Amino acid sequence: MRGILSVYRREVKSYFATPVAYVFLVIFLFFSAFLAFQDGFFESRQASLRAFFSNMPLLFLFFVPAIAMRLWAEERRSHSIEFLFTLPLTTPQAVLGKFLAAWTVLALALALTVPMAFTVAYLGDPDWGPIATGYFGCLLMAGAYLAIGSFFSSVTRNQVIAFILAVVACGAFLSAGSPTATDFVARTLGGGLAEAVEVLSLQSRFESIQRGILELRDLAFFVLLTAGWIWANIVVLEERKAA
Amino acid sequence: MDDANLMIDCRDLRKAFGPIQAVDGISFQARKGDVLGFLGPNGAGKSTTMKILSCFLAPDGGTAAVAGHDIRLDPVAVRRHLGYLAENAPAYEEMAPLAFLSFVCDARGIDGAARSEAIDRIAATCSIAGVMHQPIGTLSKGYRRRVGLAQALIHDPPVLILDEPTDGLDPNQKHDVRTLIRRLAETKCIVISTHILEEVDACCNRMIIIDRGRVIRDTTPETLRREEGGELDAIFRKLTTRDAAAAGKEGTA
Repeated sequence: MRGILSVYRREVKSYFATPVAYVFLVIFLFFSAFLAFQDGFFESRQASLRAFFSNMPLLFLFFVPAIAMRLWAEERRSHSIEFLFTLPLTTPQAVLGKFLAAWTVLALALALTVPMAFTVAYLGDPDWGPIATGYFGCLLMAGAYLAIGSFFSSVTRNQVIAFILAVVACGAFLSAGSPTATDFVARTLGGGLAEAVEVLSLQSRFESIQRGILELRDLAFFVLLTAGWIWANIVVLEERKAA
Repeated sequence: MDDANLMIDCRDLRKAFGPIQAVDGISFQARKGDVLGFLGPNGAGKSTTMKILSCFLAPDGGTAAVAGHDIRLDPVAVRRHLGYLAENAPAYEEMAPLAFLSFVCDARGIDGAARSEAIDRIAATCSIAGVMHQPIGTLSKGYRRRVGLAQALIHDPPVLILDEPTDGLDPNQKHDVRTLIRRLAETKCIVISTHILEEVDACCNRMIIIDRGRVIRDTTPETLRREEGGELDAIFRKLTTRDAAAAGKEGTA
């Protein structure tokens, strides 16, 4: 626990010691609100954050890899990984510490969008259930994307490569349930596999959570997806620290 | 093996990177009070051996015990008893030395009053008190190296592994680092790698010459001079190039 905490504290500080966190927060807040207004936040005349949450999967697709790309690639580039792993820390401690730190920054970004909810509450009488589950779903989705981003950050010393690979991988999970993707898989590989691919869809699971439906299978999906990529991240670092 | 002063016991370490056998069966021992100089041409396997001893890399074969802990079985215990300065003293550039050393204390479990005491002590020992609040990325090479040394020494480890600790320093800084090493030597076991031969004379009581992943000499500077005659410089060249030349002949034969 001490190991995780020490890495966590250092990592959070380092986001705020450089402009990374501030630039991220400002741009994220701008786009999250901008897209919500463009999608008829007011025009819909409904006291809900539906318009705000519906853009999150796409927004996070770019913002989360941007936060994740430096996690390990930067350590490799500056060789500080050699210093980090000669401290009395285990690889899982370091990976979890960094993951939780980046997740905290993302949680902070989400927390700063709460004025949107207050606006809705001022103008009408919203159902707080879907708003709460919507935020919860965003957090879970950010965690899953982050685990993917952290993994790709650990396979390269180049942050740009880490970013692009993470966007592609996150995009694959995001679009797995879209008609285009399932049609394509159904035509090339058969209907059975298309169903299997559809199960992996992040979008549809996020949508059901965001509507206020908390189902165990959706929660399990996010938890397993996140844990699986974190595990892969640990394995890659154990095997190829020096690369 | 009950020798309480035996700090490094390295047995037949092997490590390959793809087709290159970087470390090819290195064995040696070092005790408390030893300052062991690791010598060898570039690419001889010095850094790789040091990375294995500090548990950054896992060996392909063989093993080693550092301060009584096996590097394969209990790497975290080894790292707890070891101070390691990697080549070029990598650090988090956006951090100031104070924050950086606080993080090291945090990770090493040095808390509260012990932490501020340790940081004050190490800042004085390594002469970095004046730059504690400047980002490491903006410091000169000499200061960066000293921050790296501070990081390796802050928990007062019984074993120190320093990869080219004086590389890139000016003569005054080199002198300071060597004085520091000599002072620490009484209570610790220190391994330093270098290709500067005067350094071996200045602070080592033992030397190991490594070439192409193998130990070709495990001796003291005085013995080597007596046996081979002449200056260390010339002897080093003779040993490492003769070996290469011999290998070249074997290759063509």
